[in-house]
Amino acid sequence: MKAIRTYLRAHMREPNFIAYAAMLLVAVLFPITVQFATNGNADYLVGLAADGGVYMLMAIGLNVVVGFAGLLDLGYAAFFAIGSYTYAILASDHMAATPFGHAIHLPFWLLLFIAMFVAACAGVLLGAPTLRLRGDYLAIVTLGFGEIVPQVFSNGGVWTGGVPGMSALDVPKLPFWIQGPWVDQPFGLTGEEFRFTTANLTAYYVLMIVLIIGVVILINNLQHSRLGRAWMAVRENESAAAACGVNTVSIKLLAFSIGAATSGFAGAFYGAKLSYVSSENFGFDVSVTVLAMVVLGGMGNIPGAMIGSIVLYFILFQFLPNAPAQIQGLATSIGLDSLNHATADWPGLGEEVSRMKYVIFGLVLVGIMLLRPQGLLPSQVRKQELTHAGHHEIAQEAG
Amino acid sequence: MSDPILRVSGLTKRFGGLVAVDNVSFDVPTGEVFSLIGPNGAGKTTLFNCITGVYKPTLGSVTFLNKDLTGAPPHRAAKAGIGRTFQNIRLFEYMSALDNVRLGHHSRMKSYLWDSLFKTPRERREEREISAASMELLKLVGLDRHSENYARNLAYGQQRRLEIARALATDPKLLLLDEPAAGFTPQEKVELMDLVGTILKRGITVFLIEHDMKVVMQASQRIAVLDHGEKIAEGTPAEVRGNQRVIEAYLGKSA
Repeated sequence: MKAIRTYLRAHMREPNFIAYAAMLLVAVLFPITVQFATNGNADYLVGLAADGGVYMLMAIGLNVVVGFAGLLDLGYAAFFAIGSYTYAILASDHMAATPFGHAIHLPFWLLLFIAMFVAACAGVLLGAPTLRLRGDYLAIVTLGFGEIVPQVFSNGGVWTGGVPGMSALDVPKLPFWIQGPWVDQPFGLTGEEFRFTTANLTAYYVLMIVLIIGVVILINNLQHSRLGRAWMAVRENESAAAACGVNTVSIKLLAFSIGAATSGFAGAFYGAKLSYVSSENFGFDVSVTVLAMVVLGGMGNIPGAMIGSIVLYFILFQFLPNAPAQIQGLATSIGLDSLNHATADWPGLGEEVSRMKYVIFGLVLVGIMLLRPQGLLPSQVRKQELTHAGHHEIAQEAG
Repeated sequence: MSDPILRVSGLTKRFGGLVAVDNVSFDVPTGEVFSLIGPNGAGKTTLFNCITGVYKPTLGSVTFLNKDLTGAPPHRAAKAGIGRTFQNIRLFEYMSALDNVRLGHHSRMKSYLWDSLFKTPRERREEREISAASMELLKLVGLDRHSENYARNLAYGQQRRLEIARALATDPKLLLLDEPAAGFTPQEKVELMDLVGTILKRGITVFLIEHDMKVVMQASQRIAVLDHGEKIAEGTPAEVRGNQRVIEAYLGKSA
């Protein structure tokens, strides 16, 4: 008890601590609150939040690559795709239709880690030849990789389901020690079998929260270890880091593959929840969205990236899709109903707003970056860098 | 005499048509201060960079502790036991002084990905150990009161000393100091000499590039002189001081 109190007293004022505590609180209260507010019709919203968790995982992973190690990765969705496809191939009837001839149904829990491993290997394969490149060159190579991978999957013929992708993937089942053969038996410990289904999105939500907590703990450990320090050093001054005994190529490769692993992990969850994969879900827009989440949230700071992902996900998948209807309603209620009706040269207010969707999105992004250039919850270092940058240039000019 | 700690033989480095270092050979004896001097642009730093693997020598070899180190990448040179500082200070500006030194321990640490991910007892113990060792080194260079400051916020002289502490953290057997006294006040130079003495007592050989003749003549047992990439003299401070070619290189030929 006393230990907890001293811990709280020591950390209570840290922005990161507050952010973690607030996010945990919201995570717990969110499903209860929305269900209550909508009289139990909020499954859709809870499921949406679980999907948002996928983006949050990716933002946490990309933060390792971009924020910690300072490597610009514009093809991050490729690893997400690799994770999803790994799940799809190894947890559906799909392989029966290929020359392989047998369906593979590995359990979800194992596949989370297999997908992670496969994505990490892809990260190493891409990183090994390219991480000698610096800055812009690396960004272009990753951009290319991000374009190639979905193409490969959509042209994979029977193996990857081609353009339509693969559907009817397995849903997760709780492990046998919780839900073994005794379930559904007269002497069963639990009443009925617990299932992850589209009718029970709260289960995915809870699972997602657990996965995120796990990943945050591990990545946070990494950040405050020998490796996190080395990433920072490589970002700050590569030649000095090398002179201190840091193998810069392998440490960058490690950041790259850990980022890829996190993305693959998220991909497996995504495939399982959607029960469907298609190469169209892994385009450049996903990579850019995740990158924007990291930058907007605060590069190099884990809770920053998480908050960035919440804000952007909300804007992209909740605010913007609903904006046309909301604005139509607003127009009606203030007596401008005529705006809602389409004429020859006016598509109607709702249609107009939905056409302007990405303009609004862009404006919001620009607005946030103008108000908080360091990100919503920046790391101490980034904050310093930004405030000092101006002085530094002046000093250099003078010198 | 024991084996030299570092043997440079026939080392040549060309950048396109420019010969920066031209067929230079010398031995750095173990446990002494060996200095490399020469006018600006003589190729001293290039030579350092060839020894530490920043550049691959065009010709010739670098032998460290009887092992061939020619063309090995910088992190391998560091791991083998060559620590260095830079002529233009290269600290991790936005890391604390303590973290700068802690990073120096990187290649001596045993914990790896697994330990870091799960904060294993081994990892915790090692972090505690290197934190304590790093504080010791900060104390040695007189920066223990600034351990939490960002490196960029330290004064110039403090930054130079922090670089030495960071290099010492790599647990070197040979320490390469590239103009450590540049821009120092006479008082700071005296302190630096004391520090070099302490480093020697720890059994670390010091290889110095320096412009300040007073520092060089006082501190070193042997001196090599470089001019236009060629070694023009080598010997004790007294020998070098009297060498006609050295005087010419520095003051120009008399008519």
